[in-house]
Amino acid sequence: MSLSIAVAARRGAFTLDAAFDVQPGRTVALLGPNGSGKSTTLGCIAGTIDYEGSVTVNGRVLDDLPTEKRRVGVVFQDYLLFPHLTVLENVAFGPRSTGTGKREARAAASAWLDRLGIGALSARYPRELSGGQSQRVALARAIAAEPDVLLLDEPLAALDVEIRDDVRAELVGHLAQFAGATVVITHSLADATILASDIVVLERGRITQRGPVADVLAAPATPWVRKLVG
Amino acid sequence: MARRRRSFLAPALWLPAGVALAFLVLPLLALILRAPWAQLPEILGQGAVAQSLVLSLGTGLVSTVIALVLGIPLALVLARSAEWPAVPRRLLRALITVPLVLPPVVGGVALLLLLGRRGLVGQYLYDWFGVTIPFSTPAVVIAQVFVAMPFLVLAVEGALRASDRRFEVAAATLGASRFTVFRRITLPIVAPGISAGALLCFTRALGEFGATITFAGSFPGVTQTLPISTYLQLQTDPDAAIALSLVLMLVSVAVLVSLRDRWVPGLTA
Repeated sequence: MSLSIAVAARRGAFTLDAAFDVQPGRTVALLGPNGSGKSTTLGCIAGTIDYEGSVTVNGRVLDDLPTEKRRVGVVFQDYLLFPHLTVLENVAFGPRSTGTGKREARAAASAWLDRLGIGALSARYPRELSGGQSQRVALARAIAAEPDVLLLDEPLAALDVEIRDDVRAELVGHLAQFAGATVVITHSLADATILASDIVVLERGRITQRGPVADVLAAPATPWVRKLVG
Repeated sequence: MARRRRSFLAPALWLPAGVALAFLVLPLLALILRAPWAQLPEILGQGAVAQSLVLSLGTGLVSTVIALVLGIPLALVLARSAEWPAVPRRLLRALITVPLVLPPVVGGVALLLLLGRRGLVGQYLYDWFGVTIPFSTPAVVIAQVFVAMPFLVLAVEGALRASDRRFEVAAATLGASRFTVFRRITLPIVAPGISAGALLCFTRALGEFGATITFAGSFPGVTQTLPISTYLQLQTDPDAAIALSLVLMLVSVAVLVSLRDRWVPGLTA
């Protein structure tokens, strides 16, 4: 599933004007400093904020659809696992909500948990999980809902620095399980280079550079990217 | 010197503080000490007493269920009114809070003026359908809902405002419709607030006196609830009155104990 977005949004004095495409099976890193409009872009794709322009997935226009009809999966920065549901119930929530029977939804959730190597956590509640475990459950929950597009908002920001490298390396493998277009929002060059195949740089609401990871690293186009590359 | 500084007012404060505490505790102590413990089962089994006990528990439960069904939606509206302009928002909150501070007798009079046989709405109920509400068991329930529902609304509203609305956004990204989000995410997350509110509402309904006797009267078995029965028994059968008081007090204490861990913000608003 390819994702194509061309949106303009206004939040107070801030304006976002961004357009880019993501091919199926590819992961694009939306890289930018704090306040550059990354989360606003995510809000446009997920349909949680108002915008002008267009978001399309494989030619399907999402603009007039509410969040629940968009088939856009999100892994939130702080995961937002439902505190009153077990890990299995969290992951089964998506299939259940879209009309799958309880038994099948649980079987599907179970399969995803196994595939991400956390089947043993099924009966736990979110408060009993470590940060890395929570992140994997959040990913399993998003993928189990069978979205066309997957968005990850600063997927490593909530984790302790010591485990970030390990979790990031695992995440690469897990993202490969997803066949649709993936967008990773991050302000970290390490996240962008390891998780993504392409980078879209966003600064002050405008795209300042885009291209394959190697190209961006080799020829940074703005002072901010240059400083990041070092 | 690492000695902790003590307030110079302390000795002067202890005396009035002690008197205040005694003022609150001694009456309850008197009730416990003077209660006819040995005859308690016998007294509570008496026809009239048992009747009011059953009536009170029944109407209290029905009132709480009605308050839940109507009050939770009102709490949702109130919690989501944060985006409204200030005037309607504050007006709504004030209207919901009025029954909390209104003398219950005034509530009873107001209910009579609305639903009495000559009332604003009551006259049509009587003329068109032959329905008379005052001085019936439904009137008891209406009076209880009027005085007790605000407790539930404010408790649930406090829980809703304290909960993270982004869980609802997360549920929507997983394909859940608004109703599914409400049923499977919003409601369970505020469940502690709902049960606390329901308990407070039930206790308030159980203790209702002023609005009930004004609007529903005191007919044994029909509108004579526990508090009214207690008041009347005091003149004819003091032991029965004490026994009934004891029951009401025990219920209140039980509710207080079960609420101790989940006292909900918003009730203080």
